[in-house]
Amino acid sequence: MATWVIASVTWRELVRRKLVFALLALTAIVIGVTGWGFSRVPGLHLDGQPLTQGEIHTAAAQLLLLVMFMFSFVLALTCAFLAAPAVAGDLESGVAQGLLARPLRRRELILGRWLGLALPITVYTVFSTTLEFGLVHWTTGYWPGQPIAAEAALLVEGLVLLTFTLALSTRISAITAGVIAVIAFGTMWLGGVAGAFGQVFHNNAITNVGVVTHFLIPTDGLWHAAVYAMEPSAFATEAARGLGSSFEAASGPTAGYLAWVAVWLVAVLGLALFSFQSREA
Amino acid sequence: MLLGLAQPTSGEGMVLGSPLGTLEARRQVGYLPELFRYQSWLKAREVLGLHCRLAQLERSSWPAAIKGALATVGLSDRADDKVAGFSKGMQQRLGLGVALLGNPRLVLLDEPTSALDPVGRHDVREVVRGLRDQGAAVFLNSHLLSEVELVCDRVAVVDHGRVVAAGRLDELLARPQVRVRCTGLSAEARQALSAFGEITDDEGWLTVGGIGSDRVPDLVRAIVDGGGRVHAVDPGQQTLEERFLQLIEAA
Repeated sequence: MATWVIASVTWRELVRRKLVFALLALTAIVIGVTGWGFSRVPGLHLDGQPLTQGEIHTAAAQLLLLVMFMFSFVLALTCAFLAAPAVAGDLESGVAQGLLARPLRRRELILGRWLGLALPITVYTVFSTTLEFGLVHWTTGYWPGQPIAAEAALLVEGLVLLTFTLALSTRISAITAGVIAVIAFGTMWLGGVAGAFGQVFHNNAITNVGVVTHFLIPTDGLWHAAVYAMEPSAFATEAARGLGSSFEAASGPTAGYLAWVAVWLVAVLGLALFSFQSREA
Repeated sequence: MLLGLAQPTSGEGMVLGSPLGTLEARRQVGYLPELFRYQSWLKAREVLGLHCRLAQLERSSWPAAIKGALATVGLSDRADDKVAGFSKGMQQRLGLGVALLGNPRLVLLDEPTSALDPVGRHDVREVVRGLRDQGAAVFLNSHLLSEVELVCDRVAVVDHGRVVAAGRLDELLARPQVRVRCTGLSAEARQALSAFGEITDDEGWLTVGGIGSDRVPDLVRAIVDGGGRVHAVDPGQQTLEERFLQLIEAA
């Protein structure tokens, strides 16, 4: 019950602080701009010849992956900026003292904050990506192979960073937690790029950097899961030949990897609960 | 620690029959923190509503509880204004209102008048007295000892985390004393005054410690009989601040 009270206050804060309005407005702008871009693709010419349907799909898929990469970056930043002050801000300002003096368990405060941020992030991700996929299909006829899996992977990528930042927020200041989270996200992405390089040059040491970063904070691993769900099969074949990049994936995530992501999420959320439980308010 | 905001390193304690820091203990306590901050994007009424929910009050009692708290702390006309527009004093009033929700049996007020003007401080004193009259215990933590002196029945003096003195205010304050400005008193007569209490000289004033107010006329007569001339009599009562400084120096 108290968890939902905290969650509902968090939602109300997002609305009152006009974050929801800002996200809706920016989404509308992005959809408008990318929609115009995708609508031009079928009219393009290559060597004086109009594009074939296959070429249109390939071009649309590449553009979609680029747009979704930008979306995943924006989503990660949004999650980091929302979660960083979620606990640390209340502790620094003194708001937490008033809340925790009530018959409210500390875990209810953390879980309420997590839910209060995770649910709007879920709605935003599903709404934006569905709109973008629909737009691409309407303008170019391309439809990702596994749209629901792609949305799920992007969403969980955001939730991973949200949870990681929230855990940091229980111990360090909001600004530091946010900066660490963004740097960690960028580092994991670079680790993924390094791993792809390692595969191209058959260098096990560099390849392992990518493997480790996929497990350490699974944002890049989930991005590749989203890529696999969105790309045409030709891209996967190309990636399998060792020509992979951040915009191609040879295969989807294994069941073991998905299980690891679930364990990671639960463990880091548990760490946040333990960390907050054992500190002074 | 009473509210579970800090963890004890050892030992145990009870608050109103429940182990300190537990949910049951917190259900019966209202709290105004020294660092009083409330959600700036909420209206005053909404802050109180949030605390009604967290305090697990009966839903049907919320409107009356919120209305009563706002009226008690003088914020009825600002109920639908956002906290962001409140001065520090108004936020402190709101915090006091939050602490009063649900008729708690124990109210902890940490520096409740630090941001208030004289009118606000007077209002807080009235609120504290009202709570006392309703049977609630009020735990007031303050560095403004004149405020403490005006409202508290019992006082504890804390120095570096240790209680150096505690008790009823009238017991805690030093023995009653009277100061007399007099001249022409012979040494023998001055010596005889020690029957009234401990005599000390202070720049022309004689201070007689431990003398009851009913014996002051006898003291004046003894001085006059001893050849002294009385210019002024000051039945001074030691203030809590003076007593506090004494205790801290002694500690």
